[in-house]
Amino acid sequence: MKVVVCVKQIPDPATPYRLEEGTGWLIRPEDQILDDTDRYGVEMGLQIAQANGGTVTLVSMGPTGNSQGIRQALAMGADKAVIIDDAPLRGSDALTTARVLAAAIASEGFDLVITGTESTDGYSGVVPQMIAELLDAPALTYATHVEATGDSVTIHRQTSAGYDVVNASLPAVVSVTAGVVEPRYPTFKGIMDAKKKPVETLALSGLDAEAVETQVISSITTAPERSAGRKIEDDGEAHLAILELLEQRKVI
Amino acid sequence: MANIWVFVEETDGAPSALGLELLSKARSLGDVTAVYLGSADGAGKLGEYGATRVLMADTGDRLPSAPLATALAARATTESPDLILFGQALTDRDVAGRLAARLGVGVVSNATDIRLSGGVETDHEIFGGTQVATVQTSSSPAIVLVRPKSFPAEASGGGAPQVETLELPDGGAAEARIVESHVEEREGPQLGEAKVVISGGRGLGSAEGYQLIERLAKPLKAATGATRAIVDAGWVPYAKQVGQTGKTVKPDVYIACGISGAMQHLVGMKDATTIIAINKDPDAPIFSVADLGIVGDVKTILPKLIEALEAM
Repeated sequence: MKVVVCVKQIPDPATPYRLEEGTGWLIRPEDQILDDTDRYGVEMGLQIAQANGGTVTLVSMGPTGNSQGIRQALAMGADKAVIIDDAPLRGSDALTTARVLAAAIASEGFDLVITGTESTDGYSGVVPQMIAELLDAPALTYATHVEATGDSVTIHRQTSAGYDVVNASLPAVVSVTAGVVEPRYPTFKGIMDAKKKPVETLALSGLDAEAVETQVISSITTAPERSAGRKIEDDGEAHLAILELLEQRKVI
Repeated sequence: MANIWVFVEETDGAPSALGLELLSKARSLGDVTAVYLGSADGAGKLGEYGATRVLMADTGDRLPSAPLATALAARATTESPDLILFGQALTDRDVAGRLAARLGVGVVSNATDIRLSGGVETDHEIFGGTQVATVQTSSSPAIVLVRPKSFPAEASGGGAPQVETLELPDGGAAEARIVESHVEEREGPQLGEAKVVISGGRGLGSAEGYQLIERLAKPLKAATGATRAIVDAGWVPYAKQVGQTGKTVKPDVYIACGISGAMQHLVGMKDATTIIAINKDPDAPIFSVADLGIVGDVKTILPKLIEALEAM
């Protein structure tokens, strides 16, 4: 089974994000990490490929930088990676991102594509569905549980009321939540092996996809700040301060 | 007059609150068609909130995105809507993403306000709501996903809408089937409506620690919520998640217990009238939005608070 996992390198969310003057695009340092939510997709892909006999290929779009985020995913056990990195793709919206990823996935060949539900830095939340449409495949979304056999995939799809059991034939696209599996930590051997695994870097011209600009950021303004209130240390009686405020607000 | 479509999903047998919010805004922007994923009973209510036409879609046991996107793309090509509104919600994202890719147009996500001025202009809260990005979109139709609770849902007293059935073609290779539906037990006040919301995060220490949240909720008649971290950890079901990828709440009082205040969480609760936060870390970002911040351990403070409330 050919499993493709979409992954993204993002600036470390623990560092303050900065935007470029003029374009409003996120400034991406050399040092980017694997989006934490992608570790779940990589783990799911590895487990499915192992159970069914198959390979896991990573596909990623964005500045390669020092590629430590991609190496992180390879160290978990993925077989190879394809990165699409090209100047005209800077500031891409969801549509261009999906077109580029779908074109790369199609040229690799696939039975199952696994993605997160949204990236931590951009969170448009629609790229997996767009990829599925462009590949003419079903999009089984927000999976909290995934089972794949040779020709079909069944997931538990999160809903606002609970979950639905959803089934489709392969090839298919599945987006997974962070609760889907417990991701493994790379072993020392995994980290050493990752250095030798193939990482292919493609330009836009190497793919059957076109970058289009559908939206521009016209301004960024500071929102009216909510003023922080009183902060107290708990001296064993802090619950009384809460009770007092609840009384003032007529909750009790 | 602008031609605006609004996607509305049925929940608990009626149009969703999010759908009604979108209709209320849409009618101030143009002539409104509701695309209703639900049963015929809900159509009248869509009229009351401003829809002059309803396209009814019944996807049965098919996952809605593929058949709906195919049908809506065909309609959009003949009727040329200027703007198609969705909520930032699970099925909305599925349909909007597929539809946009099929039409070859962009999607603008996480909007909190919309203006029509030549093109479509939207506002987006970024960095946990500390900054607002304004975006101009050149797509036609413009497809916009709006965050829940961005607009009040207000009936307009509109008359009965014209109702049509949207024919759904076979989605072919892109079809998926819903085999079973599981509804989690829901008891007590609901997150979207409660005047008081109490949420828990990692600081509770364990799944058992969440019982403190439930016990505190009872005397306050509060709804209970959670951070993404503890939902992902499996402590509580997704239906309780507050934040970017969960529910957006605007209660009178929000009590954040053992929650650090990741951006993902803040966007879902920062508009509460009064915010109380309890966290061990004095530098936790949650304190920057709290009216009352308590630096301390939820595991010792909450039992005292519960005891005092239960004694009242």
